[in-house]
Amino acid sequence: MMDDMDLSLHHKMEEKDERNQLDQTAQDVLSKPLDRPEGPLKVTGRATYADEEHPEGTAHGVFVRSTVAHGWVTGMNTAALRKMPGVLAVVRDAKMLRNPAQGTAGEAPVQNPNEIFYVGQPIALVVAETLEQARHAALAARPKYEAKDGEFEVPLEDYETPPKKQSSEGDLDSAMGQAAHSVDSIYTTPAMGHAMMEPHAAVAQWDGGKLTIRASCQMLKYNVAELADSLGVKAKNVRILSPYVGGGFGGKLGISHEAVAAALAARKLKRPVSVALHRRNVFEATTRRSETRQRLRLCCDDQGHLTGFGHEAWVSSLHGESFSEPVTQASSFTYAGDNRVIGHHIARLNITCAGSMRAPGEAVGVPIVECAMDELAEKAGIDPVDFRLRNIPEKDPSTGKPYSSNRLADCLTEGAKAFGWEKRGEVAHQREGEWLIGLGVASAVRVNMLMNSEATITLDPDGHAVVETDMTDIGTGSYAILTQLAAEMLGLPMDRVKTVLGDSDLPPSSGSGGSFGAASAGSSVMLAARALREKIAERLGVEEKDVTLKDGNAISGNKVTPLTEILAGERLKAKGEIEPGATGDDVRQATWGAQFAEVAVSAITGEVRVRRLDATFACGRILNPKTARSQCIGGMVFGLGSALTEELSYDLRNGRLMTRDLADYHIPSNLDVPPMNVTFLEDRDPYANPMQAKGIGELACCGTAGAILNAIHNATGIRVRDFPATPDKVIEAIEAAQGQG
Amino acid sequence: MRDFVYDRADSADAAQTAAKEGARAIAGGTNLLDLMKHEVETPDRLIDVNRTGLDQIEEADGGLRIGALVRNADLAAEERVRRDWPLLSRAILAGASPQIRNRATTAGNLMQRTRCAYFYDLGSACNKRSPGSGCDALNGVNRMHAILGTSEHCIATYPGDMAVALVALDAEVEIAGANGKRTVPIAEFHRLPGDRPDRDNVLEDGEIILGVTLPKPTGGAQVYRKVRDRRSYAFALVSAAVDVTVEDGKITRAALTLGSVAAKPWRSNEADKVLVGSEPSRKAFENAADRLLQGAQGHGENDYKIGLARRTLVAALAEATGIDIAGDAA
Ligand SMILES: Cc1cc2nc3c(=O)[nH]c(=O)nc-3n(C[C@H](O)[C@H](O)[C@H](O)COP(=O)(O)OP(=O)(O)OC[C@H]3O[C@@H](n4cnc5c(N)ncnc54)[C@H](O)[C@@H]3O)c2cc1C
Ligand code: SF4
Repeated sequence: MMDDMDLSLHHKMEEKDERNQLDQTAQDVLSKPLDRPEGPLKVTGRATYADEEHPEGTAHGVFVRSTVAHGWVTGMNTAALRKMPGVLAVVRDAKMLRNPAQGTAGEAPVQNPNEIFYVGQPIALVVAETLEQARHAALAARPKYEAKDGEFEVPLEDYETPPKKQSSEGDLDSAMGQAAHSVDSIYTTPAMGHAMMEPHAAVAQWDGGKLTIRASCQMLKYNVAELADSLGVKAKNVRILSPYVGGGFGGKLGISHEAVAAALAARKLKRPVSVALHRRNVFEATTRRSETRQRLRLCCDDQGHLTGFGHEAWVSSLHGESFSEPVTQASSFTYAGDNRVIGHHIARLNITCAGSMRAPGEAVGVPIVECAMDELAEKAGIDPVDFRLRNIPEKDPSTGKPYSSNRLADCLTEGAKAFGWEKRGEVAHQREGEWLIGLGVASAVRVNMLMNSEATITLDPDGHAVVETDMTDIGTGSYAILTQLAAEMLGLPMDRVKTVLGDSDLPPSSGSGGSFGAASAGSSVMLAARALREKIAERLGVEEKDVTLKDGNAISGNKVTPLTEILAGERLKAKGEIEPGATGDDVRQATWGAQFAEVAVSAITGEVRVRRLDATFACGRILNPKTARSQCIGGMVFGLGSALTEELSYDLRNGRLMTRDLADYHIPSNLDVPPMNVTFLEDRDPYANPMQAKGIGELACCGTAGAILNAIHNATGIRVRDFPATPDKVIEAIEAAQGQG
Repeated sequence: MRDFVYDRADSADAAQTAAKEGARAIAGGTNLLDLMKHEVETPDRLIDVNRTGLDQIEEADGGLRIGALVRNADLAAEERVRRDWPLLSRAILAGASPQIRNRATTAGNLMQRTRCAYFYDLGSACNKRSPGSGCDALNGVNRMHAILGTSEHCIATYPGDMAVALVALDAEVEIAGANGKRTVPIAEFHRLPGDRPDRDNVLEDGEIILGVTLPKPTGGAQVYRKVRDRRSYAFALVSAAVDVTVEDGKITRAALTLGSVAAKPWRSNEADKVLVGSEPSRKAFENAADRLLQGAQGHGENDYKIGLARRTLVAALAEATGIDIAGDAA
C-alpha cells in the first residue's frame, strides 16, 4: 500500500495554458449530455435534503421575529413561553446572528440579535418537542422593544460614495454635450429574493465538543469557519454535511441564522435540534438582492461609435455590511467610449440584508445598460445588433488590458441569424389582434473567476475511482461533471467513478458561487487525475502526455496494459489543487452572450407574453451540454422573472416586507416560460484554467431582462424604466403614449 | 399552530350539528390550513366535511345543483358545465394551480379569505383579522386592493374567480342552519366591509353551505377574462365575467361582473341595463363599464385598477359579441 496522498499536483494559473489536455483524452464521456448520476435519487425522493434526516430525539426550533425595524429588544415573556406545551427552551443568545454571513466571509457575521436592524430579524429561538408547538410558542412571544426610526428607501442624497468604487476617464459631460446622439436615463430595479426551492434548514447534533450539522449550504469551507467563529469553537470541531442542496442562487453562500441557532440550542438541550426556516423567514431574514437606481449616460458620434459611457448606481445594504450589489461590474469593460464615468453609492437601510444573488452586479446592471444601448441605437437610427457590433472594443477600455477571449461579436452575429433577427420590424408595427409583437436583443456579460480548490481521487486496485471534495451540488450538476472529468482523465467508464461531495471533512473546494464552481472544483479534480496519470505513465516508463487511458487500459505506443495490472494490488490516492494566479489580473476574463426575445404585449391589459427566448453563449469548454443547458434555461427564466414579475415589496412606512411567500413573490410559472433555444459557441480560453471551462449559470440571466424590455419597446414604442414591467406599468405607459399621440 | 379538536362528519346533518356546537368546517384545507398555521385563524374545533356526500352535481329545474364538496377541478371539467355555463369552467380554470383545484371545493372557494398581506401578518393592524386595530393597507402596499365598495375600515378584495362567474350566472347559495335551510342569491352572499370587515359574508355562526344552484342556462355568449401578473397561479388584478345575449343585432340580456375590485364580485343592474336594447358597440360597452365602475376610487398603488377594469370589461364584451375593438384598443 502506498501512503495516502503520496501524490499531489498543485497548479497556479500564472500563465496561459494552451495544452488543452481535455481535447486529447480518449474516454469520450466529457462534453457529452450525460444524465446526473444522482438524478434517480432526486426524482424518487431518496436524496435527503438538509431537514430530511432527523436523528432520534430531534427537537424543533422556530424563530421569534422582530416586528419593528430598528432598535433594541428590552425584554420578552420567556418564562411564560417556557411553560407552554412541549416547549423545551427559549434561546436568546448573543451569539445568534443579525444576518447571514456574506459569501466567502470565513468569519462570523454581525451577531447579537438584541439590536434590531430590520423587521423579521430573528431575536429568539423557541425549541419544542414538535414543530407545531414551537411555532405556536414563537407566535405567542411578546418582545418588548425600544424602537428607533428606520430608513427604508434609498435617499436622493446623503449616501456613501466609497472613493475606491468610483472611476472616470476623459470628460463625460462635454462628450455628452458634443455628441451627435445621447441618452441620459434613470432606471430602477426592485429588491429581489432568491426564492430557491429548498428553504434554509439545519439539524445540529453535538458529540462531546464536536458538532455535526446537516445544513443547506453552498460553500462548506467558509461555512465551517463562519459557524465555528460564531459559536466560539475551533473549526476542526465543526462538520457540515450538505450532500444535496435544493438551490441557493447565492442565498446560501454564508452561514445563516438557522445553523448557528440550531447548534446553540442543541448544545444547551444536549439533544439534536432542527431549525428549518419558514418561507417567510427566507424572504425577510436571509438575504436579498438590493434594489437599484441607475443613471445611464451614453453618447455616440453620427456613425454610432460610443464617445461616452456613464453608469452610476445607487444600492442599499444594512449598516456595516461590506457587500454591496456591484451593479456596474461589467460596465467598465463591455463597450467602447473614451469618456467614462462609473459611480457606486450605498445607502444604509433597515430592511433585509443585501447579499449576493445569481450574478450579483451584472444581473441588474447589464439589462439596464442594454436598455440604454437600445435607446441610443434608436436615436442614432442604427439596428441594435449592428450598434453593439460597432462598439465592441479591442481591449478593456478602462484598463487597456487584453481580453482573455471575447466572442461577443460572434454571439451577436450568429445569435441574430439563428433567431431570425432580420424579421424585426419598425417600432410598434406588428400586431395580431390586441397583441403587439416585438423583438429585442441584449448582450450578456459576466466576469469570470477562479478560486482555490482541492480534491482527491482514490484509485482502487480493481480500477474504480472515488472523487472527494467538499464541493456542493446546488442543483447545478457538480456530481455529473466531476464524475465525467475523472472518468475522462483516467480513461474509466462512468460507472467506475463515484463522486462524494458536500462533507466539510473532505478536501476544501471553492464551493458553489459566482459560477466558479465547475471551473475551480473541476480543475482540482483534473489535477488530481493528472497526478495519477503521471504515476501510471511513470510505471510504464513513458511521459504522461504519451499515454492514452481508455476503458480501464493504458495505451502507450502499441502496447495496451490493463490499469489493474499497473496498480498491481495497490491503491493510489492523489490530491489536486488549483490556485488562481496572474491570469486573473493580467487579462480581462469574462463570459459573453447575446440574447433575443420575442414578446406579445396586450394593448388592452398591458400583459406581456414572452413568446421566444434565444441565447448564444461563449463561455468556455462545455463539460456537459445537458447540465449546461439546464443552467442556461434556468438563468433565462430567472431573467424573465426579473423583467416581468419579481419584486420584494416593502411597506415604506415601517420596513415590513409584504411579499413573503411564493403566492405573492411571483417567480415565473410554467405557462410564462416560452420555448428557449440555447447555443454554445466553441470557446477555449487559455487564461481561465487548465480545463478551459468558464462560468455559465449566471451569464444566462444577465441579458434576458434587457432583451425582453427592448422587445416590449419594439412592440409598443414605450419604455418601462421601472422594473419589473407589470401590466399596470405597461398599460399606463401605453395610455400615456396614446394620449400624446 | 394551536391545538384543535378534529372530527369528521359523515352527513350534512352531522356537519351542521357540529357547526352549531362551534366547530369550523374544513374542506380542501387549501386556505384554512394556511391561515391556521399563521394563527390568523385559530378555531378550537374542526369538522371535516369531506365525507358528507355533498360532492354531487345534479340537474335541478333545468339548471344544476352543485354540492359544497365538489372539487374545483371536477366542476370545471363537468361536461354540462363546459357546454352550458362555459363561463364557470373558464373562471375556475383561471384560478390557482391544478394541484390546488384538485383539492379546493365549491364552498371553500366561496369562503376563501382575502389575500391582503396585512391580514396575513400578525404584526400589522388589520380590522378584518383583529377588529378595531386599524387598516394598514389603506395607505400602504395596496396594489391588489379594492376600488369599489370600500370603507375606511377595510379595502380588501374578495380574491376568487369562481364566484365572479357565479354572480354573472345568477347562482344561489344553499345554506343549512339551526332553523333549517335558506337560499341566498350569490350576489348577496359576500358582504361589503362597512364597519364590520371581519364578516366576509352572510353565513351565520352555526351555518354550513350545502351547495350552489345554477338556474337554466341563458344561452348567451360567455367570456371570462382575468388579468394577472403571471399567467398562472396568481390572483387577479382585475377580472371580468360577461354573459350577453344578442338577438337581431340588439343586446337583449346582459350580465357584467367584475372580480378583484371589491370585497365581493361587482355587478349592478343599472350597468346591465345600459346594454339592453343597444347594439353591441365599443361606445355602448364603455358606457356600461363606466356605469359599473361608478364611484370607483383608488388608494394609491391600485389607482390603475379603475382604467384596467374598464378596458378589461370592454374587451370581454367585445369578445362575447364578436366586435373588433383591437384596432383602437385605447
Ligand atoms: C397559492 C394559491 C393561489 C390561489 N389562487 C387562486 C386564484 O387565482 N383564484 C381563486 O379563485 N382562488 C385561488 N386560490 C384559493 C383557492 O381557490 C382556495 O384556497 C380554495 O378554493 C379553498 O377551498 P378549500 O376547499 O380548500 O377550503 P378550505 O381551506 O377547506 O376552507 C376555506 C373556508 O371555507 C370554509 N368552508 C369549507 N367548506 C364549507 C362548508 N361546506 N360550509 C361552510 N364553510 C365551509 C372553511 O371553514 C374555511 O373558512 C389560491 C390558493 C392558493 C393557496
Ligand atoms: S384592507 Fe382589510 S384585510 Fe387588509 S389590512 Fe385593511 S382591514 Fe385588514
